[in-house]
Amino acid sequence: MNARDVLDLAWLIPVLPLAGAALLFCFGRRLGEPAAGWVATGALAGAFALSVACLVALVGLEGPERSHLVRGHDWIGIGGFRSGVGFLVDPLSITWALLVTGVGSLIHLYAVGYMHGDARYGRFFATFNLFAAAMLVLVLADNFLLAFVGWEGVGLCSYLLIGHWSERPRAATAGVKAFVTNRVGDAGFLVAMFLIFGALGSLDYAVMREGAAQLPAETATAVALALFLACMGKSAQILLHLWLPDAMEGPTPVSALIHAATMVTAGVYLVCRAHPFFDRHAAAGDVVALVGALTALLAGTAALVQVDVKRVLAYSTISQLGYMFLAAGVGAYAAAVFFVVVHALYKAALFLGAGTVIHATGDTQDLRLMGGLRRYLPLTAAGFVASWLALVGVPPLSGFWAKDEVLAKALFAGEPLVFGIGLAAVFTTGLYLTREALLVFFGNERFRRPAGVPAPAHDPTVSPTVDYGTPPGPPPLDGDPHEPGPVMTLPVLVLGVGAVVGGLLNLPFRRLEVLTHWLEPAFEGVEEITAPSFAAAAAVSVVSVTVAALALALAWRLYRRGLPEVSVDPLDVRLGPLGRCFGHAWYYDEAVTAFVGGPARRAAERLDRAVDAGGIDRAVGAVAAGVVRAGAAMRALQSGFLRRYALGVLAGTVALLGYAILRAGAG
Amino acid sequence: MRVTDTWYLVVGALLFSVGAAGVLLRRNVLVILMCIELMLNAANLSFVTFARRLDDVTGQVAVFFVLVVAAAEVAVGLAIVVAIFRQRRRGATADDVSLLRG
Repeated sequence: MNARDVLDLAWLIPVLPLAGAALLFCFGRRLGEPAAGWVATGALAGAFALSVACLVALVGLEGPERSHLVRGHDWIGIGGFRSGVGFLVDPLSITWALLVTGVGSLIHLYAVGYMHGDARYGRFFATFNLFAAAMLVLVLADNFLLAFVGWEGVGLCSYLLIGHWSERPRAATAGVKAFVTNRVGDAGFLVAMFLIFGALGSLDYAVMREGAAQLPAETATAVALALFLACMGKSAQILLHLWLPDAMEGPTPVSALIHAATMVTAGVYLVCRAHPFFDRHAAAGDVVALVGALTALLAGTAALVQVDVKRVLAYSTISQLGYMFLAAGVGAYAAAVFFVVVHALYKAALFLGAGTVIHATGDTQDLRLMGGLRRYLPLTAAGFVASWLALVGVPPLSGFWAKDEVLAKALFAGEPLVFGIGLAAVFTTGLYLTREALLVFFGNERFRRPAGVPAPAHDPTVSPTVDYGTPPGPPPLDGDPHEPGPVMTLPVLVLGVGAVVGGLLNLPFRRLEVLTHWLEPAFEGVEEITAPSFAAAAAVSVVSVTVAALALALAWRLYRRGLPEVSVDPLDVRLGPLGRCFGHAWYYDEAVTAFVGGPARRAAERLDRAVDAGGIDRAVGAVAAGVVRAGAAMRALQSGFLRRYALGVLAGTVALLGYAILRAGAG
Repeated sequence: MRVTDTWYLVVGALLFSVGAAGVLLRRNVLVILMCIELMLNAANLSFVTFARRLDDVTGQVAVFFVLVVAAAEVAVGLAIVVAIFRQRRRGATADDVSLLRG
């Protein structure tokens, strides 16, 4: 079989998990536990094997030839508009496909154990597989419209999975919040598609690649900004980030797969894919880079004092996504993709580790009620610690290389402001994650219930999420926590190893920049940012490592012993009022709630009365009333009297005859 | 005084007018039916007259058609009339049968 034949099978990559989802939606309940989980995992692992085959086939082709279009059906053809279902296999899409299927399979495997005993086990895996299918459609699509189908599909699955435990009101609300917030961004996607079609006459990537360069600057910038609005929603950048921390109401594998490793990076993918719109016009790129940098810093500060183990990771994800957009904004697309890949590895490991911890401590998510768990969960702790050090940027782990490259590119692209903000964010990163790792796995044990205190009753409608500011509850456990089976520890360890060695993908030395070279055909025509000298690049590394080390040292000093007093958080105390501000994530959520619930609601009600009731409803009502009146007038004609009808017939005949005679006379 | 074609036409017109007036003015259903018959025959008279004046047999053929249609119409019409009289003994005039009033 030659390479093109293998690549022609790429359509199977999304179809496999889609088939799994269809099977499980129909028979998930009958298959039960754990068969449903294994079916889902198998379907995605099959897709992973196919992705690897496609990768091998792609590597076998010459550099510039590394792109393959799988033609599918025509889908929509209206006038001059044509859009089909086709898949584009190129280095960029296959990188994402490998990420989604690879990390996704591991997380599916983990979920087989994690979801044990869940009442809706089959449905969970059906939706999980559907998500993977939608995500693969999104990244493999060969045009914007099909990508949008995937884009909406992942949004739908995100909603369904956040609200998986729908008996918890908080989970149901969080799902709706995520959906509604993403709607704002999706409007941007639609506007961008209208603009692209208006300017180029087609939504195909191939047309975009040819035509985007000739577009006037205003059009390209408008398209870029509208697309970026969509990315801000999906990838939780500031202004539209507020749904992601709440999305932690979903089961932990969902947080790991959707809200850390894959779906939230869809925005980065879109910017990379649509890079011709961003490249040549500095304004759009600057907006992206600045929003990314601010997101990195502000979300980093918000993560500092959270008390929920998953919320720290959620804000951390937002912050890390900020780095990716920072890189994409300055034009370092390969660095952004590199960051996406390593982030997926270590963040998935962190989330899965957190899930194990939550499980082991009896559904506790409160950092203040953990501590010293490394003694009981040694394997999980190993994976978590490796990922923690990788994320913080300890050399030579993967996060170091990725973060370093992003910051260096920002500086050498001539964006000192963005670089500065990014560097400040490195400090928060070191601080918040070290705090979490120390509070969970090191220091004093705070999870033991004193003897004689009865266990609190379990209420399935109460979510275990802990908001900043709530006092800690009673310690949850009366025995020792213990490590779960290999189904749950293996994925954490594999991902942890990935977090350690992931940097090998793209070492910043000539010949070793494997990923950058690999992605070159996808980023054709993008100017490469190069360091002025090796010393300058090394200096950037030294500065960023020093900043991270300072943060690590500070967190170590504060949390080395855990929390001697459970309700007193040393960092929060030292920050004072600023700590409260951080804890409430700069009060953005509260401000939005106040605005939407107050002035926005009043304005909407006024609009409702003035336009909807006063304008549209009245117009519709007037038309209906007119028809009724006309009918009332006409019904007099239908008298039912035979002789009146006869008179009508006679009068009509006479009139017609008279007309004919008059015309004949005149003619 | 010579009897010309025009006379026949005038008689036809008069008969037609009498029939039309009867249909419009009388309420007895049977009388209405007879008046319709009158109008049809007025038309027949005109047909025959024109057939003779124009020396064209088509007019006479049309008369036969009208006769057939009239026979059918009378059969159906009388059946309806009988049905109406069976239904309502009193008030069986054309104006009483106005169920289809809008």
